[in-house]
Amino acid sequence: MSTQLRGSILPKWFAVALAGLSIGSAVMIERTTSVAGVGGTITLAVLLYLVLQTTWSFTVEGRRHAIDRLFATLMYSSFVIAALPLATLIWTVVSKGIKELDMNFLSHSMRSVSPSKPGGGVYHALLGTLEQVGIATLIAVPIGILTALYLVEYARGGRLAKAISFFVDVMTGVPSIVAGLFIYTAFVLTFGFDRSGFAAALALTILMLPVIVRATEEMLKIVPADLREASLALGIPKWKTILRIVLPTAIGGIITGVMLAVARVAGETAPLLLTTFLSQSINQNPFAGPQAAIPTFIWDQISSATPASLDRAWAGALTLILLIMVFYGTAKLIARYYAPKA
Amino acid sequence: MTQGLIDPPKSSISGSAVRRGDQIFRGITVGSGLLILLVMTSIGIFLTWKALPSFSHNSSNFFTESQWFPDQDTPIFGIAALAFGTFVAAIIAMLLAMPTGIGTSLFITFYAPKKLAGVMAFFIDLLAAVPSIIFGLWGLQFLMPHSEGVARWLDRYLGFIPIFQNRTDLYTKSLLIAGIVLAIMILPTISAISREVFNQVPRSHVEAALALGATRWEMVRMAVLPFGRPGIISASMLGLGRALGETIAVALILSAVFEVNPHITEPGGNTFAANIALKWNEAGPNGLSALIASGLVLFLITLGVNSVARGIIARRKDFSGAQ
Repeated sequence: MSTQLRGSILPKWFAVALAGLSIGSAVMIERTTSVAGVGGTITLAVLLYLVLQTTWSFTVEGRRHAIDRLFATLMYSSFVIAALPLATLIWTVVSKGIKELDMNFLSHSMRSVSPSKPGGGVYHALLGTLEQVGIATLIAVPIGILTALYLVEYARGGRLAKAISFFVDVMTGVPSIVAGLFIYTAFVLTFGFDRSGFAAALALTILMLPVIVRATEEMLKIVPADLREASLALGIPKWKTILRIVLPTAIGGIITGVMLAVARVAGETAPLLLTTFLSQSINQNPFAGPQAAIPTFIWDQISSATPASLDRAWAGALTLILLIMVFYGTAKLIARYYAPKA
Repeated sequence: MTQGLIDPPKSSISGSAVRRGDQIFRGITVGSGLLILLVMTSIGIFLTWKALPSFSHNSSNFFTESQWFPDQDTPIFGIAALAFGTFVAAIIAMLLAMPTGIGTSLFITFYAPKKLAGVMAFFIDLLAAVPSIIFGLWGLQFLMPHSEGVARWLDRYLGFIPIFQNRTDLYTKSLLIAGIVLAIMILPTISAISREVFNQVPRSHVEAALALGATRWEMVRMAVLPFGRPGIISASMLGLGRALGETIAVALILSAVFEVNPHITEPGGNTFAANIALKWNEAGPNGLSALIASGLVLFLITLGVNSVARGIIARRKDFSGAQ
């Protein structure tokens, strides 16, 4: 009878040995048959590793440990599979976008630049994006924060609050193109305005609103009740308590939420295609005339499909990613600045 | 219950308990909330209203017709091909993103070294910050040439299954590639929500399982997955909602064809959202109305999917006792 409490386990070096073995054999198979290519060889190596590991572990450690190891390997690989696209995406955007991205690109528009010729830039689109996102933020922030105030400070679970809360959730899932369709049917078809940067801003507002409401709600919920009670006990009206005590306490998190919402809509393309006209030149007025934006600029350059325009599309993509990173970075800085100090 | 503590007392020592400022401010906040209700309902109303004219002009069945000629003298158009493409691309995306996303979040929550887990979670969440136009550009210029081999392989070795069979010699601009790009785009959604759920699994369940001698996988299977199942389902459905409504990446990748084609490695396919973006600027009055009608269908589908997903999450909060 065995007195051992623990069954035999595989030594630590087995994983390395197996990995070497599977990669080696996969390369051998590829060399002799040449059916797979690079991707196929890697897949083959992983499959070999899975099979060998399971068999080996099964014979030494038993069924339960073999399954455990199998799933552990699958989880590690799923993370690698998930991370791979992002890594290649960042690498492609940076390596292809850096070619064209310079001060000239940032400070010039596409006015009288032929799609097939190099040159021109993204300035008109950058301006448009900043204006459209700015207007959207100006509209969405007050409505979003006030709605969250109603949900947290006043309603606390009433029927109307439940309905609003549900619709905010559903609004999060509204496809961006539907937001564009709605603004087009309401603002352009029904009220008879022209397609403009402002119409685009309205569509972006719809996409920003639920994000801001949710972020603000979360922040308001963690404001300690003591603060509110202390203020109310001093005889300060509730509205003043909210404006002077509750909001300032939560403001860091709220601004972070707003910046994240901004970063999210800055890259939206579909609603802009429906609500603005593409433009190659600078238009500072968001209320009249065609106005470009970086996402539609990229779309336009891809549609031209010449080598020069594709270079511009990649440079535009890099500009957009950098802009979004600036928004995210600002959000982080604001969060840190307003964080409660110990 | 903090409510009773916050509300001013009903009777007061001096003056009225109800202050004018409070009433006004409350009114403003209620107004904002109602505005959101108004916007959501008017999306449905305006889309329906502007979609209706096209229905009366259509000389074919809107739901079973797959051609799209709404601006002819006798308009013929329908959403059969669009609905087919939308669902096939979304299903491919789900099949790829669900296991990967759940695996990734299990990995980050239970397998990865604690110090690295935060960085890894941040890295996956970054995927959500990439705009869809950039996914489209990347899909078109990088993924498409690099994934042609996979499609060829599927056709050569699994071609006996009709969906993988390729009757052309072209393996790009297909629903398969659109599905792969969509999978990458919805992965952060699925991963973030299921990670949130896995983090809520009571520590005692996990430790009890391990203390009884369960291996790590047995712990995951017996303690984590049953607890997290509703969360996983709703996470996947939210991902599905996003995949159904995604526009630009799909519009860039697919070569729009109005035909129900079950061979997913062949070029072709079309989706509701991509079709709207591609046809918008060339559409006449009836064409616009028809596009709005297809947008309305898309809106209703995503509304349904998202409501169900939210419902599942809400129910779980009520019964599991975990917050």
